[in-house]
Amino acid sequence: MSADRPIGGVTDAWENFTEGLWRQNPVFVMMLGICPMLAVTVSAINALAMGVATLLVLVASCALVSALRRFVPREVRIATYIVIIATFVTAVDYAIQAISLRLYEALGAFIQLIVANCMILGRVEAHASKNPVIPSVINAAGMGFGFAIGLFALGSVREVLGAGELFGVSLFGPHFQPWVVMVLPPGGFFVLGGWLLLFALWERRRRNRAEAQLLLAAGRD
Amino acid sequence: MAPETSFQIFVNVLLANNIVLAMFLGLCPFLGVSGKLETAVPMGVATTFVMAVASLCAYGLNWLLTLLGLEFLRLIAYIAVIASAVQLVEMFLKKHSPALFRALGIFLPLITTNCAVLGVALIQTLRDYSLLQSLAFAAGSGAGFTLALVLLAGLRERARLVEVPDIAQGSAVVLMLAGMLSLAFMGFAGIGG
Repeated sequence: MSADRPIGGVTDAWENFTEGLWRQNPVFVMMLGICPMLAVTVSAINALAMGVATLLVLVASCALVSALRRFVPREVRIATYIVIIATFVTAVDYAIQAISLRLYEALGAFIQLIVANCMILGRVEAHASKNPVIPSVINAAGMGFGFAIGLFALGSVREVLGAGELFGVSLFGPHFQPWVVMVLPPGGFFVLGGWLLLFALWERRRRNRAEAQLLLAAGRD
Repeated sequence: MAPETSFQIFVNVLLANNIVLAMFLGLCPFLGVSGKLETAVPMGVATTFVMAVASLCAYGLNWLLTLLGLEFLRLIAYIAVIASAVQLVEMFLKKHSPALFRALGIFLPLITTNCAVLGVALIQTLRDYSLLQSLAFAAGSGAGFTLALVLLAGLRERARLVEVPDIAQGSAVVLMLAGMLSLAFMGFAGIGG
């Protein structure tokens, strides 16, 4: 993991950013913060809003924790981090309430529950508390975008299958029979499981192809 | 809406709106600890206890914060209360029942990051429950969490005996099982209003 070595240069920064975006994607690889993931991804717009809110909280808390990392005693660090995260969550909560009351009602208690999202505490503890401000912000942004993309992938699939719409725009015309179970709670489990299956399948094909090429190269020698 | 009785709230959050399978709270321990039946039960009981304590504290705290006009501090106060409640439970168990303390091990401190506990505290505030209703809600949530955990643990123990395609190994098959369980619980819709 890149947290162990010093970070410098543009390529390293890009590497640092894409770590959370793809290789360590919090949704599909690490399976962190599943609770908000399944609960709010009924539609694409809700999923996107939740992703952006989490991204903001993550980046802000990582920046602050990283800036304060020399002043926080080790014994009380978890409590300090939780209070910092809870502060930003409260701010985002009020901001969403001010921007769109409808969205606020749709997301419900889950905005405040961002505070219990283990991905944020994990990032803060594993990365931001050990690295300078800029790398930890880059890393947090990558993670946050990865989370938002994962949420969007879930939310759009569930909305298309369960309601025949995307962002509220009807896709298949009036005769489409929606697969209602996909927007109900079980659908969340099924769609996430489906995505995981897809990624496992893709990973296996890639591995098989690499092995075949290795064998081919060995045969040619 | 007619005021719900405590019993209705209890049954509703236990079955029809199960805290895990319908409200999606506390999924991390739900997927993480449900590997074996013998760890699922103590985990459920400990979580239920912390939920009850947290619910009680949150009720008092909400009253105090509303009195002082400091509602924006609610989230921070709740999370601090839950962390201390877990710590208290841990200390109490260590002193009075070391055997149970050892059996629960790492699961005890992990309850702090269980969003079901915080969720119960936040939802009871959101819905303006009275003290009795809050306690019923917390007890129902705890029982619902335990029920879902035990059921999934049973399913996973069975799933170990059958042949699962190798790409579905790990989380994918657990998620599918949880989805089916959730589908089954939808049959309770309407119970408890």
